[in-house]
Amino acid sequence: MPDPIPMPTRFGSSGQPVTRRDGVAKVTGAATFAADNHPNGLLHAVYVPATIARGRVVSMDVAAARAHPGVVEVYTPDNSLKLAGDPDAKPFMFAFRMHVLQTDRIAYANQPIALVVAETIEAANEGARLLAPVYEAETPRVTLDDAEGYKPEAAGFGAAETVHGDVEAGHAAAAKSVDLTYETPSQYHNAMETHAVVAEWDGDRLTLDLPNQAIVMSKAAYGYYFGIPPQNVLIRSPYLGGGFGSKAMSHAPVMLAIAAARAIGRPVKLMLRRDQMFGPVGHRGATRQHIRIGIDGDARMTVLDHHSLSATSTFDDFIEPAANASQGLYDAGALRSSHTGVRLDVGTPGPMRAPGEASGSAVLECAMDEMAEAAGMDPLEFRLKNYAETEPGTGKPYSSKALRECYAQGAEHFGWAGRPLEAGTMRDEAGMLVGWGMGTALFHAPMFAAEARATLRPDGTGLVETGAADMGQGAWTALAQIAADALGLPLDKVEFRAGTSDLPDGGVAGGSGHTATAGGALHSAGMDAIARLAEIATADPASPLHGAGNATIVARDGRLVVEGDEERGEDFATIIARAGGEAVVGTGGASRPPEAGAAHAMYAHGAVFAEVKVDPELYQMRVTRLVGAFAAGRIINPKLAESQLYGGMIWGLSFALHEEARHDRRTGRIVNGDLAGYHVPVNADVTGFDVITVHEDDPYVNALGIKGVGEIGITGTVGAIANAIRHATGTRVRRFPIRIEDLLAGG
Amino acid sequence: MSHSISLTVNGARHDVTLEDARVTLLDLLRERLQMPGTKKGCDRGQCGACTVLVDGRRVNSCLTLAVTVDDSDIVTIEGLAEGDSLHPVQTAFIEHDGFQCGYCTPGQIMSAVGLIAEGHAGDDLERIREGMSGNICRCSAYKGIAEAVQDAARRMAADEERKSA
Ligand code: FES
Ligand code: FES
Repeated sequence: MPDPIPMPTRFGSSGQPVTRRDGVAKVTGAATFAADNHPNGLLHAVYVPATIARGRVVSMDVAAARAHPGVVEVYTPDNSLKLAGDPDAKPFMFAFRMHVLQTDRIAYANQPIALVVAETIEAANEGARLLAPVYEAETPRVTLDDAEGYKPEAAGFGAAETVHGDVEAGHAAAAKSVDLTYETPSQYHNAMETHAVVAEWDGDRLTLDLPNQAIVMSKAAYGYYFGIPPQNVLIRSPYLGGGFGSKAMSHAPVMLAIAAARAIGRPVKLMLRRDQMFGPVGHRGATRQHIRIGIDGDARMTVLDHHSLSATSTFDDFIEPAANASQGLYDAGALRSSHTGVRLDVGTPGPMRAPGEASGSAVLECAMDEMAEAAGMDPLEFRLKNYAETEPGTGKPYSSKALRECYAQGAEHFGWAGRPLEAGTMRDEAGMLVGWGMGTALFHAPMFAAEARATLRPDGTGLVETGAADMGQGAWTALAQIAADALGLPLDKVEFRAGTSDLPDGGVAGGSGHTATAGGALHSAGMDAIARLAEIATADPASPLHGAGNATIVARDGRLVVEGDEERGEDFATIIARAGGEAVVGTGGASRPPEAGAAHAMYAHGAVFAEVKVDPELYQMRVTRLVGAFAAGRIINPKLAESQLYGGMIWGLSFALHEEARHDRRTGRIVNGDLAGYHVPVNADVTGFDVITVHEDDPYVNALGIKGVGEIGITGTVGAIANAIRHATGTRVRRFPIRIEDLLAGG
Repeated sequence: MSHSISLTVNGARHDVTLEDARVTLLDLLRERLQMPGTKKGCDRGQCGACTVLVDGRRVNSCLTLAVTVDDSDIVTIEGLAEGDSLHPVQTAFIEHDGFQCGYCTPGQIMSAVGLIAEGHAGDDLERIREGMSGNICRCSAYKGIAEAVQDAARRMAADEERKSA
């Protein structure tokens, strides 16, 4: 087993609730998002979305569109923009098949069927309207029952099936069991910033202003599709207006705009309309989950058997890995997670904030409550009864697990102890039905790979660089805090450069692993720069550090000092000046060695407690209190981490009560594909939320002890709210979002 | 047919000739006057990202045709701070972490400034939440937003009192 990783001994700015370094830019309108760019000679592109989900385009009035004043060019499958790389190949990670006008077949509503480029947005929109496509429509398959299932090769980015122990024996051994089917709808990321690009070519060099969660990695993707070396691609993505998983990969409309810019020889801007966000840019696929839990006479779980029927497109695979959420949490004697795919006439799903974990946890946590109820037990007591001391199935020790403390602190703060077991017994003074529910939150703590550079400048200040992306998680701030500590400098003495693809690879902002990964790289680059500076100082007879062992030297407030004898030291600038005035450059990287992952199970945990009030006649539901207690390793910036956790919990609220894309069965189109019809919470929906961060030291997860907080807030929350509604009303609704009509119908 | 309009944006006068009557105030600001601080989230009046003040009232600039704001006085996010000194609402948004990605933020802030000026929410959190519910934040920074507006409303009221005392 790997030894514990020695933790940095002293933290300066890390752990402090520093306000966002990009705060002033964001409150003054100075923060530049992709579509805010306006190079000279800019053209505007609008893509034309298919208004049927299955069939083919018979004709379009290209002449009318071309004749509209201001329209520069119209592209259709008849004069399509050729890419150098194959849009139907999947040559690298995060590559999805794209419809870039290579066919007149339509595989989903909102698939691009043409691109109109014009001098103004207004002309482009009008040109697009004038195309008035004529279709040959076929019956679309848009519900989970519309097609046969198939056995997928993978679920999300993980296994399609995982089995631990003897599942059949587990079922047979059960004294009591539940056998339940739940449904979750398709959901759409809907970052407030729609997908957008400003593409500009200079010969075979391409500059993209593009919101992107994996800036450096994406260079290779665009290089492949456009037949140019990756180093010829410059991606600028200083700010993303939200990503939530949808902005790590290339999408068809963006590809078309880039290709048009090359063909026409002028820069092109394309910004998706809100309704166009429902189709070509990924979504969380719909699921029907079948979950079975068995317990013995002592209420210990003999089996947890979770299956998900997950929707994908007819032309590519992304199976919402919902059943995998049942791995890693409860100590069941046997454990199975399995998936079946079903191909529908929809855009290909993709990872959306907590892919699999969100939809799987929703169902798992409801099922746990149903099992607790069948056992006549308090839901928290039942979960504690089945608390896993080591990872279920694998037996691996957890790198750390402060879930008990999360349960205890969350329950205490919420006042869970007074909860009556029976449903439908609590009312408030206004006569509203009151219910309390809870759920466990779980999210794996991954690390990817990243690199960074740290420079100590002759004036003693620091410059740290990595091609990281900030989509709101606070990278500009939290990563700078980590770097400042590694360099032994106060935060305001460190300049941080990120957000462009010509920097060292900052990794992927996703999977809740970005702070750990990019932060780890910055930490190691900073330590490298300090080690190099220490080498210079200890070799210099004129330095007070001359002859001191490298290992005993540490950086503190812009000085190198001997550990334990801080009088003996010298400031960075003086050391550098005497050595000739050249900046000292350190480099570093971070990733998790496979043996570390093999030795420990690594997860962040949490417990969420919800109170709902339901009108006894109208069945209107309101979440009145939501308390989340989370243990996620070391928190670099509590202010930003809490914002992420609140955001995740509100996404959980949204999952439970708001979000759902509904298809018109005749055309296959989504009928509520805008922000009026696709409901997400607004300010008035959010009251009584509290976040508790539970202290957790983790000496194994990575050098900084970080687990990540971006996604865990959704997990646990959905189940907690659904369970509270059951507790308030006595009605169990087994499809999300929970609707008034379901309660009126009694489930 | 072209349309000539004249409007004031953040104190500066602009005489604009529009060749196209379909141009919205939002696209006029973003694409023609090159002031992209105001954001487009839906272009349909459903999200509030494009909120600006027109003659002191908060409006969705995506639903406002530019030709209808002839002679109007517009304030956008770029015109709120005075030099380096931020408007109290801007300061409060930073302090209360009233945003994450920052994309909805210009609209949230302009909406908050409008709401405070309307005077009917005061520093009541519940009313502030209601009054800010036309501005969607997908990052869901709602708690910080509501607290920032409350804090700014209080500070601005206290400033007013001091001034009038
Ligand atoms: S962009 Fe105007 S309300 Fe959404
Ligand atoms: S801060 Fe991202 S949408 Fe509000």
